[in-house]
Amino acid sequence: MRGRLFDEERRQFLQVSFIAGVGLVVGCSFHKAEASLDAPASPVEKASKPLAPNAWIRISGSGEVTVVVNHSELGQGIFTALAMIAAEELEADWSKVRTEMASMDPVYANPAFGVQATGGSTSVRTCWVALKKAGAATRELLVAAAASTWGVSVRECRAESGKVVHGPSGRSLLYGQLVEKAASMPVPHDVPLKKHRDFKVIGKKMRRLDTELKTQGRAVFGMDVRLKGLLTAVVVHPPVFGARLKSLDHSKAMSMPGVRHVVPISTGVAVVADRFWQAKKAVETLRIEWDQGNKANLGSENIRARWVELAKQRGDRVRDQGDVDIALKKAAKVVEAVYELPFQAHGCPEPMNCTAFVRGDGCDVWVPTQNQGGSHEIAAAITGLDLDRVRVHTTFSGGGFGRRGDVDFVAEAVEVSKAVKVPVKVVWTREEDIRNDHFRPASYHVLRAGLDATGKPVALHYLFVGPSWMDGMIETLAPAIMPRWFPRFLKNAAAHGAVPIAKYFKSAEAASEGASTMAYAMEHIRVEYIKDDPGVPTGAWRSVAHSGHAFVVESFVDEIAMASGNDPFQLRMDLLRNAPKRRKVLKIAAEKSGWEKKPPDGIHRGIAVHDFHDTPAAMVTEVSVDKAGQVRVHRVVCAVDCGTVINPKNVEAQISGAIAFGLTATLKGSITIGKGRAEQSNFDDFPLLRMDEMPKVEVHIVESEAAPTGIGEVGVPPIAPAVANAVFAATGKRIRKLPITSRDLAKG
Amino acid sequence: MVELKVNKKTYRLDVDPETPLLWVLREELGLNGTKYSCGIGECGACVVHVDGAATRSCVTAVSEVKGKEITTIEGLAGLIGEALSEAWIDGDVPQCGYCQSGQIMTAAELLASNPRPSDSDIDAAMSGVLCRCGTYNEIRRAVHRAAGRSRP
Repeated sequence: MRGRLFDEERRQFLQVSFIAGVGLVVGCSFHKAEASLDAPASPVEKASKPLAPNAWIRISGSGEVTVVVNHSELGQGIFTALAMIAAEELEADWSKVRTEMASMDPVYANPAFGVQATGGSTSVRTCWVALKKAGAATRELLVAAAASTWGVSVRECRAESGKVVHGPSGRSLLYGQLVEKAASMPVPHDVPLKKHRDFKVIGKKMRRLDTELKTQGRAVFGMDVRLKGLLTAVVVHPPVFGARLKSLDHSKAMSMPGVRHVVPISTGVAVVADRFWQAKKAVETLRIEWDQGNKANLGSENIRARWVELAKQRGDRVRDQGDVDIALKKAAKVVEAVYELPFQAHGCPEPMNCTAFVRGDGCDVWVPTQNQGGSHEIAAAITGLDLDRVRVHTTFSGGGFGRRGDVDFVAEAVEVSKAVKVPVKVVWTREEDIRNDHFRPASYHVLRAGLDATGKPVALHYLFVGPSWMDGMIETLAPAIMPRWFPRFLKNAAAHGAVPIAKYFKSAEAASEGASTMAYAMEHIRVEYIKDDPGVPTGAWRSVAHSGHAFVVESFVDEIAMASGNDPFQLRMDLLRNAPKRRKVLKIAAEKSGWEKKPPDGIHRGIAVHDFHDTPAAMVTEVSVDKAGQVRVHRVVCAVDCGTVINPKNVEAQISGAIAFGLTATLKGSITIGKGRAEQSNFDDFPLLRMDEMPKVEVHIVESEAAPTGIGEVGVPPIAPAVANAVFAATGKRIRKLPITSRDLAKG
Repeated sequence: MVELKVNKKTYRLDVDPETPLLWVLREELGLNGTKYSCGIGECGACVVHVDGAATRSCVTAVSEVKGKEITTIEGLAGLIGEALSEAWIDGDVPQCGYCQSGQIMTAAELLASNPRPSDSDIDAAMSGVLCRCGTYNEIRRAVHRAAGRSRP
């Protein structure tokens, strides 16, 4: 996820073949990163194998272009964006382009992670060069095939909209007519890529390729997988974090209609029935005794109390420049504040689920996942099968937001199917989904800024305490959580998928991203992290550590502005003198929102800017607060710079959606811990933003010819501080804890 | 035996009468367009029409809808259905898409009773259908577009 992983030094192995009944198949291995990450197969070995399984582009005899996509479609529009990139260079007829989800294969590994996985807003940026090259090479093959058919020079031929045209004669051949011949042409090297100004697809508001399916209710999500003889399992998990099964009485459940099996698994108890409702009813009759473990007294209050104490200590210095201690002593004025963030649930609309069919000689897994690599590894580890005996089929995902990067639900389906020897779909109820989420970590932040005599901030000490989301992610994959009876070599096999990740992401760095990456120019900056894991499961949550740190940094910068009598926009512009991309979006957001002008009566503005993995976004919010303390966000103006824009419509959709996601955490709910468990379990006590609470959103995209970065997450971090800063403007009350509650703001 | 009329077809099914309609549609009839998300009638992903009324099928026992006309996303037709489908596709409304059947079925009921809804009419009718992807503004626009097209 960090810049150094995106180096452009890649070798490309292109192979082309014609397969009867399929057409032209173009397969490539692109990612040098894969070899350096010790992935199971090196690109060279892979390229010598048959191509069909690792194809990137296929063109059928009827001219249908299939772009094989190695990233999961979670709603972020990646099926369309990646197809657009390939189609651009291919000069495809967009009406004949379709997308197919890649099978699980090391060739599809995400170079940012070393395994096939979707996250960190990496999909477009890691596939950009690769897919353009694949598209361009395929185009050149088709042109060469046409030229050869006509006996003319390739220089007289051009590709356009799904056909090759011979300029002088005006003759043309459709791609479908050329596929067999194209496969026999020599593979071109160093094909020139198109200039930005020549783009016909990239940068245009293309319609999503999955819209029709999703509008008609025909998209197949994990929940919709149907197989002959499929049983459904409802899993009950321990009520307390880390608790274990002690005893189970399932005699009543077994007598209920449709119930086939009750299976204790490493994470709880699964009731397997013909139908979901039968399993769910039977679960209610289970009599289970749990070994509560040592977390039964865990609660938000005692976690907080512990962090208040810990925050008095020193932490890991994840960023250290100048001498903060001396600078703070010398400062003319010191601004201090404590900020707190709660645990947050993902609330994916489609609850966690997975279908598995374990046989003696193989295993198939159908799953809405962000982690094909991890799913593959864990299924192999549990079944004891070789990796090449395990197939992972990716379905559409009803939301992901990081949650589907974990594979706990995959492990459950495989365990259950292995036990009952038939295909089983594990379905979590909403209650199980929220209670057993891997939450966005809670955190506790202590900040001190030193201002010089002119009011200019010169020093910042940023210390925070909490678990690292990355540990949760590694833990899920590491052999430590595997059942004890597993032989060592299987644990090692399971660890295999986690190692490349663990190697590249230091947990403290990951937890600090968003604070350590802050660009405000001050001579003395220290970011310190005190890692403390109270035992609440945590994981990646849309924009990972950035969601918390952006709220803290951007609110605190506002506090500094107030303390020094500066305009919050102007102070940011001054302090961002070394960060031109951030300055640019900030300036646009201010201009487009009318920051300099007085807002309408009763409306107050707040501003924030944040960079997520090289995509900066700035937001200005317009907010009102009524007498009862109810906050209403009326309008959000966002400016964003994601480099070359693939699909502006999708950029707008992602920013708008991220604002809704971020507003839920700003204004609606959170996860509190009591008696060692999450106290919320459904959308009644973990409410989501509703339509009548959705602000108007205006998105201004910076025109750019730079390589594309990501867009799926950057909209989340700035929205909370932009709202909190507007609330301050409205009420004079500084929000240092989320979510904002009307109780905090009610007058009188 | 429960007799059900779904999308103009009649089915006789041997199911527990307490089973929520949602699971009968999905598991017995293979109509997977209607989604399970909360199971307590809180989110609206499971909305179908029962005698034209938008109904949360996850909290409606199949025994309650005997003999009534049930319409799911797969069976949504007519002027309003077509207009909504077109407007949804033109506006590229869905992101993950999981809640969209519930959104469309709820919008269809609204347009049937109010062919020219205002923004606040739409908010009032639709705010109970949750979209975690936050496609609300696109939904509102699509309902307006469909309203313009759905009148004979």
